[in-house]
Amino acid sequence: MDLFLQQLINGLNVGSIYALIAIGYTMVYGIIKLINFAHGEIMMFGAYFAFIFATSFGMPIWAVILVPMIIMALAGVAVEFIAYRPLRDAPRLSALITAIGVSLFLQNLALLIFKADPKVMPKLFPETIINLGGVEISSTTLVTIGLSLFFMVLLDLYIRKTKQGRAVRAVSEDKDAAILMGINVDRTISLTFAMGSALGALGGILYSVAYVQVFPTMGVMPGLKAFIAAVLGGIGIIPGAMLGGFIIGMVETMTKAYLSTTWADAIVYIILILVLLFKPTGILGKNTREKV
Amino acid sequence: MDKNKRKAYIINTISIISLYLVFFILIQTKVMNKYFMGIAIMTCIMIIMAMSLNIVAGFLGEMALGHAGFMAIGAYSSAYFSIALMDTGFPLPNIIVLILAMLVGGMVTGIMGFLIGTPTLRLRGDYLGIVTIGFSEIIRIFFINFEPTGGAAGLKGITKLVNFNNVYWITIVIIILMFTFGRSKQGRAIISIREDEIASEAAGIPTTRYKVLAFTVSSFFAGIGGALYAHYQAFVEPSKFGFMFSIEMFVIVVLGGLGSLTGSIVAAIVLTVLPEMLRGFAEYRLLVYSLALIVMMIFRPQGMLGRSEFSLTKFIDSLILRKDIKNSIDGGETR
Repeated sequence: MDLFLQQLINGLNVGSIYALIAIGYTMVYGIIKLINFAHGEIMMFGAYFAFIFATSFGMPIWAVILVPMIIMALAGVAVEFIAYRPLRDAPRLSALITAIGVSLFLQNLALLIFKADPKVMPKLFPETIINLGGVEISSTTLVTIGLSLFFMVLLDLYIRKTKQGRAVRAVSEDKDAAILMGINVDRTISLTFAMGSALGALGGILYSVAYVQVFPTMGVMPGLKAFIAAVLGGIGIIPGAMLGGFIIGMVETMTKAYLSTTWADAIVYIILILVLLFKPTGILGKNTREKV
Repeated sequence: MDKNKRKAYIINTISIISLYLVFFILIQTKVMNKYFMGIAIMTCIMIIMAMSLNIVAGFLGEMALGHAGFMAIGAYSSAYFSIALMDTGFPLPNIIVLILAMLVGGMVTGIMGFLIGTPTLRLRGDYLGIVTIGFSEIIRIFFINFEPTGGAAGLKGITKLVNFNNVYWITIVIIILMFTFGRSKQGRAIISIREDEIASEAAGIPTTRYKVLAFTVSSFFAGIGGALYAHYQAFVEPSKFGFMFSIEMFVIVVLGGLGSLTGSIVAAIVLTVLPEMLRGFAEYRLLVYSLALIVMMIFRPQGMLGRSEFSLTKFIDSLILRKDIKNSIDGGETR
């Protein structure tokens, strides 16, 4: 039972990171129907900036986390402006290829600047083990889960309660109608990219702290997993991305603990396929009827 | 056979043979060394892969991001078969073994494609894309854990049966088969599903059956590509068939133009040769490659050829025609 509780907490830990990254995918998808393949690289750069700020500049913890988030928010806006905006009316698959191009570009840029060898991420949070009735939780895990939940709630409130949040929802529902209502669509899309990228950077920092490593291709696998999480929950739906992230994290941790480490990824995919076969638009997705 | 068709056949046959002769002379005079020959063979394999992916991505218009998985099945099954066949010691000429291995690889992959396609083609767009990624990754993880084919270390001891001569002609045959498929009743039905699924269903096309057909044919040829790859490298390992390789093939198809087979051929050549040519830049290589990708998509989002096919006959015709027009204009002026 203790082992199970332990794994449950590990699952929550991984799941909250996936959820953070998945939100970025789902928000961008919701608003411009693009799978932003460069999102994994945004999280990678976020982790690198945190690494540099923590080791070379010796900044306080809050700055090590917040400054990379702000930098990557700006970077996300820049990527959208340079690479995706010219293709907004082009066929969707062309924009997808551009996203792949941006992803490859950022990956190789990191390879050029930081070189291929993994860097050791310092422990950002003071390490203490908290014992809760036989279940040991490290402070890093607690902070990870806490920070993720805090920012998710913040985002949710922002999207639901503020005027800009309402604009985001309006544009993702119907872009043309939003334009007619006087919403500045370009600015709303930039805002979406900024928020998604900031959360992605946070996910990257927490991921690198959890796995103690930073390297140029670190964004690929968690990026793919987070994207799967977003699809699992129903892409374009923010609570869906959070739910999907936690499910993927939990399934992965549980299979690694109880079934097999080598098959863990395969089982994640099998669950994804089964869910989509029975609910083709994801767990929280609405079925859209096709009209002639 | 009408006159235009006959003309097209003659022109295409002549150009295929003359292209082969050019390569033949280059190889004989040692201008083309082993390194260039390797690139040429890889280009042929990528042409087959890109064209087969184009059947699903371009003709059917569905996002399929798991082509590497199918290639892996073709590579492994054909290699396993050819090793077993060689072990029996039955004296067969190499080319027969290769063709048999290709057919086995293609069949096994085609059957897998059928089995995967039947349930998944209910999904649409990005959901289908992610499910194909999932299947491809499951296939890769399966081969990592499957000991009879060498597990993560890879399958060794495959006889190298592919050389430039046979891969050239095999590619030509497959190109012809693909074009025939694209123009057949089935091919046109598949294109009509891309254009409007509901309308084609109303016109009496069994859409599900044709979708599965497209998926199966596509995976059959992917299996053949995989078989060629295995018998060229003489070694297959699961890590080659990762997610990035699927993406690479998808990029070729979109860059060439979705639904344009000739576009796939041109893009496969460009995107296989370009990274090799950039080898001089070493570490900037992939940076330039990715930038080229972004710039190309921004300035030509529909791909190099869009949906149209390049036709040598029409190209020659237009050259002659232009001369004719020019002649008449010139003639008009002097008169």
